[in-house]
Amino acid sequence: MRSVKVIVSFVFTLSLLSFPSSGFQSDELLVDDEEFGLEGSPQPRSPEPIPTRSPPVTAPTRKRHSDLDSDSKIQFSLEHAFGDSDFSPAGTFSARLKTWSHGGQTLTKLRFSRNSFTDEDKEKFKNLLESDDFYRIRIPSNVLSPPGRDFVISSVKARCLPREGLDEHFVIHMEGVNVLAVNYGSPGSCPYPRNLKLPAKWSFSSHTVLKNSEQAPRAPVFTEEILGGENAEGEVVQPPERSFWAKYWMYLIPLGLIVMNAITQAMNMPEEQATGQGQPSAGAVQRGPSSAAQIGRESVNVFFPVNGSYLVWPRPLNTEINLCIKILELKYFVGSRISEVKL
Amino acid sequence: MPITHAFLLFFIFSSLQPTLSLYEDQVGLTDWHQQYIGKVKQAVFHTHKTGRKRVVVSTEDNVIATLDLRRGEIFWRHVLGHNDVVDGIVIALGKYVITLSSEGSILRAWNLPDGQMVWESSLHGPKHSKSLLVMTNVVIEKDNVVIIFSNGRLHAVSCIDGEVLWNKDFEVESLKVQKVIQPPGSNFVYVVGFAASSHFEMYQINAKNGELLKHESAAFSGGFSGEVSLVSSETLVALDSTGLILLRIRFHKGNVSIQQTPISNLVEDSLGPAVIIPSSIMELFAIKINAVTIFIRVTGTGKLEVVEKANHETAVGDALSISEGQQAFGLVQHAGRDIHLTVKLAHDWGGDLLKESIKMDQQRGLVHKVFINNYVRTDGSYGFRALIVMEDHSLLLLQQGAIVWSREDGLASIIDVTTSELPVERAGVSVAKVELNLFEWLKGHMLKLKGTLMLASPEDIAAIQYMRLKSSEKSKMTRDHNGFRKLLIALTRAGKLFALHTGDGRIVWSLLLQSLHKSEACQHPIGLNLCPWQVPHHHALDENPSVLVVGRCGPSSDAPGVISFVDSYTGKELSSSSLVHSVAQVIPLPYTDSTEQRLHLLIDADKHAHLYPKTPEAIGIFQREFSNIYWYSVEDDNGIIKGYALKSKCDGTVADKFCFGSRELWSIVLPSESEKIIATVTRKLNEAVHTQAKLIAADQDVMYKYISRNLLFVATVAPKASGEIGSVTPEESWLVVYLIDTVTGFVLHRVTHHGSQGPVEAVFSENWVVYHYFNLRAHRYEMSVIEIYDQSWADNKDVWKLVVGKHNLTSPISSYSRSEVVTKSQSYFFTHSLKAIAVTSTAKGITSKQLLIGTIGDQVLALDKRFLDPRRSVNPTQAEREEGIIPLTDSLPIIPQSYITHNLRVEGLRGIITVPAKLESTTLVFAHGLDLFFTHFAPSRTYDSLTEDFSCALLLITIVVLVAAIFVTWVLSQRKELQDKWR
Repeated sequence: MRSVKVIVSFVFTLSLLSFPSSGFQSDELLVDDEEFGLEGSPQPRSPEPIPTRSPPVTAPTRKRHSDLDSDSKIQFSLEHAFGDSDFSPAGTFSARLKTWSHGGQTLTKLRFSRNSFTDEDKEKFKNLLESDDFYRIRIPSNVLSPPGRDFVISSVKARCLPREGLDEHFVIHMEGVNVLAVNYGSPGSCPYPRNLKLPAKWSFSSHTVLKNSEQAPRAPVFTEEILGGENAEGEVVQPPERSFWAKYWMYLIPLGLIVMNAITQAMNMPEEQATGQGQPSAGAVQRGPSSAAQIGRESVNVFFPVNGSYLVWPRPLNTEINLCIKILELKYFVGSRISEVKL
Repeated sequence: MPITHAFLLFFIFSSLQPTLSLYEDQVGLTDWHQQYIGKVKQAVFHTHKTGRKRVVVSTEDNVIATLDLRRGEIFWRHVLGHNDVVDGIVIALGKYVITLSSEGSILRAWNLPDGQMVWESSLHGPKHSKSLLVMTNVVIEKDNVVIIFSNGRLHAVSCIDGEVLWNKDFEVESLKVQKVIQPPGSNFVYVVGFAASSHFEMYQINAKNGELLKHESAAFSGGFSGEVSLVSSETLVALDSTGLILLRIRFHKGNVSIQQTPISNLVEDSLGPAVIIPSSIMELFAIKINAVTIFIRVTGTGKLEVVEKANHETAVGDALSISEGQQAFGLVQHAGRDIHLTVKLAHDWGGDLLKESIKMDQQRGLVHKVFINNYVRTDGSYGFRALIVMEDHSLLLLQQGAIVWSREDGLASIIDVTTSELPVERAGVSVAKVELNLFEWLKGHMLKLKGTLMLASPEDIAAIQYMRLKSSEKSKMTRDHNGFRKLLIALTRAGKLFALHTGDGRIVWSLLLQSLHKSEACQHPIGLNLCPWQVPHHHALDENPSVLVVGRCGPSSDAPGVISFVDSYTGKELSSSSLVHSVAQVIPLPYTDSTEQRLHLLIDADKHAHLYPKTPEAIGIFQREFSNIYWYSVEDDNGIIKGYALKSKCDGTVADKFCFGSRELWSIVLPSESEKIIATVTRKLNEAVHTQAKLIAADQDVMYKYISRNLLFVATVAPKASGEIGSVTPEESWLVVYLIDTVTGFVLHRVTHHGSQGPVEAVFSENWVVYHYFNLRAHRYEMSVIEIYDQSWADNKDVWKLVVGKHNLTSPISSYSRSEVVTKSQSYFFTHSLKAIAVTSTAKGITSKQLLIGTIGDQVLALDKRFLDPRRSVNPTQAEREEGIIPLTDSLPIIPQSYITHNLRVEGLRGIITVPAKLESTTLVFAHGLDLFFTHFAPSRTYDSLTEDFSCALLLITIVVLVAAIFVTWVLSQRKELQDKWR
């Protein structure tokens, strides 16, 4: 155990030292250790920067090395197929297998090195692009004893991959040492009428994400004192006490209207009587045009909203009452006009 | 005047107080409830006493019921659990029904008049065996005794209190007891059976104390097979293991003798092995060779003679003692469209006591069982009535050459349900017989008016209620404006299709499917699916819709399939065919051809896809969409989910252009040691979603629902925890749920509930899943919700982009685009365990949703989806409250008023189906189990229509009165003013 640790740390320092040179592949791998997410890549390294991504890998801290939990390095292979062809090796995933003190095993620090396409592969891939066919990959369902029960397969329409180079994105769903599923596709969108586009470079830029199961949130538990079930429910069912006006406005408004109506009528009555008694014809004639003009102007306002009154129902109370009064006046006016005509 | 009108309307609306529950007079207005019992297994008549004549029945759906012999109604009914199979029933002491159930381990006595349980006792024994229940006339200390053989032990139980008086084990290991016989007037019982397949064993046991009186055995080298028939109290008839030799076994006075008679000696042209039809008729038994039933008499001297060979389908009933030493038995034979019911005396084949011919509906199929009962006619002679069970599981009572009543008990076992629209009302087609004339209409409205004004007398109220319940509107055979009237088409286990009218639940037509009929080629046909096949919209006037019924011959998935097409209006089978391939999956495709037939893919066991209908046009449509068709399979036994695309040709040797191969695109392999699939749920195909955007008022934001038709919800548990609740500790059980895109196989969401266990019931709608499971740590059931939102649409919020047209709202969506989803979830405790869960569905998806929960008490509870909102928090802000977010509670409320089944129970609830009506606010809910229940349900109340009891007449009359009053007052005021002016 101790010796393993020593070796690991030794290799580690070595790798740090040799960082700039990037000569051996093994060195590269360990350098990548620093940023544990990235993988990649192809022997003829592409000049532009490879997108980096930090996947939510569990327990990435280095301190764990000194824990009781032991870890070992494992590898499993990626295989690909063009259309319906047979699967052939396409790359290698390597990761650390961490054995926890409670017995569980998880993978960490997954990285991926992809074999570059041979000319034959390129030809096949071109054919796939032309026929808008599937590019399929598979990995073993158990990383310790491949292929486990079966291979986990995923596929994508080949036309989704080419951008500048070939962009791919792996999401590996793990449960302990078992791979449940691998989601393989392009990192971005792949709009539906898929257009034929050949990649400028035949190099892959790969992103890998390792996902373990999430814990479900617990159901909230309340103690009775804080928020009894009944209390909360009662709150929902019973709205807060409303004011007198809020409760009974629907009765009060019509009542008010009726009272207003009665009052106006009562007020009009003596007035009419008084004027009528005084000088019947002259008064009527005098009042006629002036009030007609006034009401005529109003009447536009009156009739239009009345017709649509249920659409604009909750209008200010005053307007409503005014309208009623105007209508009543109008009625009297019309009545007096008719009587005038009769005269 | 318009203002008064407006006021009036306003008053009317404000007086309509919204109600959650139902008023007494609304019961039965839109809902109906039907009770069934299932296929009858055994029937015992109880007609000796004066009073209500009844028959006690036990059924294959584990129901014990008593039925009224006059009308066939249920007096009382008990539904035993699904593993509590009834083995036998007897009537004891004239007032108790004694039932043996649960593989002979539970004996219960029920009070005959009211069905109360009187006592229950459990019987245990050393090994599993056949269960026999025998009523004896032995009396021990004034107790009548019932003798039970079950679990390898003989028990004598008192009828009064269920106490076990004695029991007796048998020392022979391999004893298979066939019969327990008590010779009349004796104090002992014979227990007879076979041991080691070549020994006949006979035990004579004292019924008083269980003492072994005698044990004899006889060896027969040929072995025994199948059932036995009792021809006297001391003689049995059995068949040897080849089925070619008849054995007459006589155990008189403890001496066992076996006499062999080859069947070929009796029947010249006998072909193949025979089967004994188990019976216990004195001196007579029946065997069946191929389809021929042969009746054989056993004379006192042991001679066998054939009395009749019946070529027609025949059903034989058990014997019935009618008088001292005389036995009668019933026999039903098919002859064309008629059935012949014959009651014969056991000892005299020629003399028929009764011979009746009854016209039988062809859709009921063959007679499966006959039970006869005698009564004394008014002239003093014996009359007979017969209860018959038909192939479609219906139950009929025959008396005096007529069908007295019939029960459609096939409806107790519905497999699948679909709906169909009714015909459009046409000018030429008269529906006058259900139409009311004007006078009746007016009368009805006057009555309603009286009711509203509280002037109605009790008789009037009764008349109003009757009128409302029997409203011809709701049971018309035409389409209605609101889409409430539909046909519910149900496929039952017996292979029969029923069309029920949603208005009143009556059977419009029924059809016993020929393709699901037992035949030479298809020994055990079972129905699988029912899909709408042709739904004419453009030709709705001149074409009838049709349904597709898919079945297969036998329980295994590689058995050949059968399909048939049935007209939804007439119930005629348009065509049917048996398929060369098997049927593992039926996929309705979202494409229709020019005759509006829906394209279907039938996936067989070899993962070949077969396209239906088999027309060149269908191929054309299919080829166009070929590359966009994907399908998936869930292999729950080995925990693998696979996705497929189609290949242009079948791999098989036969050239079939309607057959397509499959290519595996993705697979998800669940580790078999830690996960076992227990539930998978998808969205309903025809679900309408009104809007994809969800406004979050609290932070002035929009979230986009992730609405994909290709989502699959999978729930797995630890293999150890797949048993009963409580069989594992919380530490070793977990529940994992997955949301999987079925096109690409992407796992969009995966979450583990530690310490939780199945069974899981789930429902998937729009962008959310609600699932129900048991939390072992909290010792309670829980319901969780997962809502999925699409982040990749989030940049569409910019109004400017919408204005300029730079949004991507109209571009087609590809599953291969990596979608950024976010999920929100929350769990709540729930008191009940569930039998089924569904969600309301409305025509446009605008109305808010409610969950319909089939509780363990066989009721349907409506629960607002807002209670299962993951955004609930303890103290919602004002904005959140306005949005309708309910403060967080740990458990979901069960509001008694929201049981949509009211006080009714849908016994044995198995499924809840929701169908949108045309009226947006309303959804039609059909719950089925043993019982059927249908109702209209408005999740947000009927905001788009006036209620049923809204009186149009009152409104009209009020308006007329008001107009008249205005005119009168106008005239009056005019006159008054004139007078004033003249003054």
